[in-house]
Amino acid sequence: MMRLKQPETILIKGIREGLLITLGEGDWQSIFASLMEKITEKEKFFEGAKLALDVGNRTLHAADLGTLRDRLADKNIILWAILSNSPVTELTAQDLGLATRMSVPKPERIIKSIESSIPGEDAIFLRKTIRSGFKVVSNGHIIIFGDVNPGGEIIAGGSVIIWGRCQGVVQAGVDGDQNATVCALDLNPTQLRIAGIIAISPKRKGKPQPEVAKIIAGQVVVETWNPKSR
Amino acid sequence: MNAKVVTISSGKGGVGKTTTSANLAVALAQENQKVVCIDGDIGLRNLDVILGLENRIVYDLVDVVEGRCRIRQAMIRDKRLPELFLIPAAQTRDKSAVSPSDMIRLCEELRDEMDWIIIDSPAGIERGFRNALAPADLVLVVTNPEVSSVRDADRIIGLVEAEEKGPAQLILNRVNPSLTKRGDMLSTDDVLELLAIKLIGVIPEDESVIVASNRGQPVTFANNSKAGQAFHNIAKRLLGEEVPFMDIEANNGLMNKLAKMMKFRGD
Repeated sequence: MMRLKQPETILIKGIREGLLITLGEGDWQSIFASLMEKITEKEKFFEGAKLALDVGNRTLHAADLGTLRDRLADKNIILWAILSNSPVTELTAQDLGLATRMSVPKPERIIKSIESSIPGEDAIFLRKTIRSGFKVVSNGHIIIFGDVNPGGEIIAGGSVIIWGRCQGVVQAGVDGDQNATVCALDLNPTQLRIAGIIAISPKRKGKPQPEVAKIIAGQVVVETWNPKSR
Repeated sequence: MNAKVVTISSGKGGVGKTTTSANLAVALAQENQKVVCIDGDIGLRNLDVILGLENRIVYDLVDVVEGRCRIRQAMIRDKRLPELFLIPAAQTRDKSAVSPSDMIRLCEELRDEMDWIIIDSPAGIERGFRNALAPADLVLVVTNPEVSSVRDADRIIGLVEAEEKGPAQLILNRVNPSLTKRGDMLSTDDVLELLAIKLIGVIPEDESVIVASNRGQPVTFANNSKAGQAFHNIAKRLLGEEVPFMDIEANNGLMNKLAKMMKFRGD
């Protein structure tokens, strides 16, 4: 009878417990032969290995498994587990003192030192007054150490922080970032947009206070900065 | 001599650039400085009228630039102040007749003979402004205490910074203390807070400025006006003197007005 050699029916994989060999479909005797052939070919590689063998649905009896174990032992390979979907095979294996379940791999203990540097996000920083007719544009956040005068424009993909007076037009979250905020020591913009939602400053009364503008329930809400309610 | 080139600019029209240029030039000349004013407003010249030199123009700025005359020939000497000269603008051409590098070359030529070169910039931020800005060592921005004029001044200050000609200094013109007092006009502090540049002069609103300009006799020639005094103070500050800012309100307060009225009735 012609038999096609199918080398891929034997899969060898390194696992934590040693090697796991998965046997594909096929007649036991022949696959056992080709397994041994493979091992002989790479004797050095297999020597001293701890082996788990997945035999699939095969029903194997004590004689088969015993032979297998002894032949492997000849090659200095320790067979420690037989994995099978067949209860008969499992029982046989257990009788021979072999494991039939791979131990549940313990979660790897990763002991890393606590990462104390925080990666952060892209932002640009300007230490100057943004005057009428000038425009600052960035995909990230924008930080201005200075005033934004009427007629000046700030356009950010992220948030905008102005350490100074803001009287120009400010757009934050232009790509639709609803979490973008705009804050300024004196937030009094000609127009404010966050993620496309437009707001106009009400008439200022009293002393300027640091304020934060953000979207709450689809509306731009401006809150006085308060160290307690952060 | 190595002249300092001072460009007078504002962005907005009608705030008093030309009046300031003329008066500052006169004030500097009265401090025995050699001064030449250049009218940068080609096509809309005014400086000659305000200085009262209109009828003496033979050659103008464009003639110099295009090589039809030497600089000396285009410089009109003021008969009242022999240290004061004017290079008038051409009225029949436009701003594109002169380039920024022409202006730089012109000023380089004048530098050796002069103490001060005052360039009167046209309104706007286009070619004429660029021409006036190019040779500047110092830019004086003129503004009125009103929102639109301050907005334009802010733009100009930004452009001056961007051209690395900054920081500009500020002249606040036509300040009306009674309006400011009532809160109907921006105060000097409001303007300074927004523009955040050094203030070099505050000129009070003064009818005599208009009268004087119409006569071609800048107000600085007469010593008795507040505005004239303010221009003299700016000239002194340019020369490095510490001059305190005058109290504009002194003569214009309500009590003074009342007093004047009483006097009038009394007569």
